[in-house]
Amino acid sequence: MALETTTMKKDPILSVEHLSMRFGGLMAINDFSFEAYRGDITALIGPNGAGKTTVFNCITGFYKPTMGMITMKQKSGKEYLLERLPDFEITKHAKVARTFQNIRMFSGLTVLENLLVAQHNKLMQASGYTVLGLLGFPAYKQASKESIELARHWLEKASLVDRADDPAGDLPYGAQRRLEIARAMCTGPELLCLDEPAAGLNPRESLALNELLRGIRAETGTSILLIEHDMSVVMEISDHVVVLEYGQKISDGNPDFVKNDPRVIAAYLGVEDEEVEEVIEQIEEIEGGQGGSKK
Amino acid sequence: MANIASTSASAGSDLTARALREAVFAGLISLGLFVLFVGLKTDQNIRNELVLNQRWGLLAIFVIVAAVGRFLMVAYIQPAMARRKAAKAEAEDVVKEETFFKRNFSKIAIAALILYPPVIVALVGVQGSLKWVDNFGVQILIYVMLAWGLNIVVGLAGLLDLGYVAFYAVGAYSYALLSTYFGLSFWILLPVAGILAAFWGMILGFPVLRLRGDYLAIVTLAFGEIIRLVLINWTEVTKGTFGVSGIAKATLFGIKFDASKDGFAALMGLPMSSAYYKIFLFYLILALALLTAYVTIRLRRMPIGRAWEALREDEIACRSLGINTVTTKLTAFATGAMFGGIAGSFFAVRQGFVSPESFVFLESAVILAIVVLGGMGSLTGIAIAAVAMIGGTEILRELSFLKAVFGPDFTPELYRMLIFGLAMVVVMVWKPRGFVGSREPTAFLRERKAISGSFTKEGHG
Repeated sequence: MALETTTMKKDPILSVEHLSMRFGGLMAINDFSFEAYRGDITALIGPNGAGKTTVFNCITGFYKPTMGMITMKQKSGKEYLLERLPDFEITKHAKVARTFQNIRMFSGLTVLENLLVAQHNKLMQASGYTVLGLLGFPAYKQASKESIELARHWLEKASLVDRADDPAGDLPYGAQRRLEIARAMCTGPELLCLDEPAAGLNPRESLALNELLRGIRAETGTSILLIEHDMSVVMEISDHVVVLEYGQKISDGNPDFVKNDPRVIAAYLGVEDEEVEEVIEQIEEIEGGQGGSKK
Repeated sequence: MANIASTSASAGSDLTARALREAVFAGLISLGLFVLFVGLKTDQNIRNELVLNQRWGLLAIFVIVAAVGRFLMVAYIQPAMARRKAAKAEAEDVVKEETFFKRNFSKIAIAALILYPPVIVALVGVQGSLKWVDNFGVQILIYVMLAWGLNIVVGLAGLLDLGYVAFYAVGAYSYALLSTYFGLSFWILLPVAGILAAFWGMILGFPVLRLRGDYLAIVTLAFGEIIRLVLINWTEVTKGTFGVSGIAKATLFGIKFDASKDGFAALMGLPMSSAYYKIFLFYLILALALLTAYVTIRLRRMPIGRAWEALREDEIACRSLGINTVTTKLTAFATGAMFGGIAGSFFAVRQGFVSPESFVFLESAVILAIVVLGGMGSLTGIAIAAVAMIGGTEILRELSFLKAVFGPDFTPELYRMLIFGLAMVVVMVWKPRGFVGSREPTAFLRERKAISGSFTKEGHG
């Protein structure tokens, strides 16, 4: 199965080209390019402060990049240049949904209401921009019933259906993480961007998260882009790993390749002084090999 | 058995002894505190000499009040409160069955309001009902409607608006000016006033889109003042501080409420009285307020209403879900302003006179206080708060017996703002989330559970 996906011709859903982001004198991201393929789970990893969340914020429109181009290619063939869209339109039209590193729930709304808010645009249209809905037209009632069914579906997936009528702020941490993913899925995205979905989860919860993410991909074909620190999650579920350090890409490939890439090991573990030369040698070797195979 | 009785008796006498001791201390402390403040007073006599008045009687009253108060507090109130707390903790496990009254509160309240004028007329007669229907009924309902309108902006969308009275003014002046200059009827101008106020709501909305919290509050405050100053200074149109007077009254299907041959009283074969017009106005504002409530309840179940509440909870999450926060904020401002404008045109038709004096900042503050006291977002709580605040201050005019206690110079109305402030402090200590702190969910899968106020956010702009 895994072999099949790798041998299939890869169809990029998201291409980031020469992305740079400067905050004053700080170059947070420097000429960063990568592609996420349709139907893949792509992981973006890197040490703290490498610029992973900045990349996410650029993709989802919360930052406007200093330079570069981000192209989202939908199933229908429609292409969107994300760096030109305002943040809410990226979710609305380009169908890229995201979650946040520090969970952002509507804590005073119930779990169900959280998922209904996510279906805002669909319901807005069905309610004739509120006017027809206010007058009691049946189209809105139908749409509202459907939206509750969709919410129920994702609640079942996230095993939250028993808590549907409780305030979201009352859920335990792990459940809030799952709810945030369920909420993002309710917007009907083609690309789901998850910012550290496993942060703060215990091993059992992170196992459940893996199941949820696999289920999402298998059922809807949604491509997933995730930032993660938890290597067990990354290695377990991702098809493609991109490593970022100091705003630059240092490795890109399947999990096994990345795991054994000496530059990645050096970036994560650091190397002792006497080993530096050895590592550099290895790197040069690999780069030579790569260059040879490419050109 | 006897043992228990004796221990409780000894505990009782212990308590009394402790209470007495604390009462003596409280008396001594207050004596020390007040001996110079109250016991001695410096005055000028007729020859401009400084004389020392001694007021030992008054000082004694102060000391006695402190001592007796402390005694009662320690001996009776504190044990009673402890008992109640214990009883409450025990009763916690028992599921509370909601009473019939509580479940149907809003229906009962609406029925009571519809029956209010006939009951009052039956009790105190047609002329006597004027005060009760107009000063209490209409006055309170105007504030209920205004507070419900502001609730959309502050309670649902979480946008702190300190200049809400500006929309009230826009509505009032829209009716006053358009009816005096163009002779348009009230029923046409009622929606027009609402639309104009909504338009001004949008105009306010645009510049404050990026502002949050304190900054938003300051700008809306300034907006309210700008509208008032324009009304004062644009004398060619608004007649400045003189105000617009002689505003046409409303009619019921073309029937006028006056002494003419085809006026309401003559047609109904009733003796002429202005009370009928007031009763008509009462039902009118009741209908308008209920319209506000109905629209609010319906909107909350619409995507736009949910988006408002989501905006209050977390604006960034809203944007990540594809919600256009710009239009969401603007619709909240416009809808809130529209109800303010409609209430304003009602105000103009009721008074027959509008001047900038009626639209000072204090009015905004009172309306906001009602929303906060009632519990942000809760229609029932806000209505109760409006009754307590506006009805409470009106009732001060009725307390003439206090003159017998405090002397003939005492006018209770003057203490209105003092009592208002005190009541706010007490309520906020007692119920920090307002009278009704919980939130009704707008949709449910299995059962509708009220959400405790500790989860909802107040919004930050």
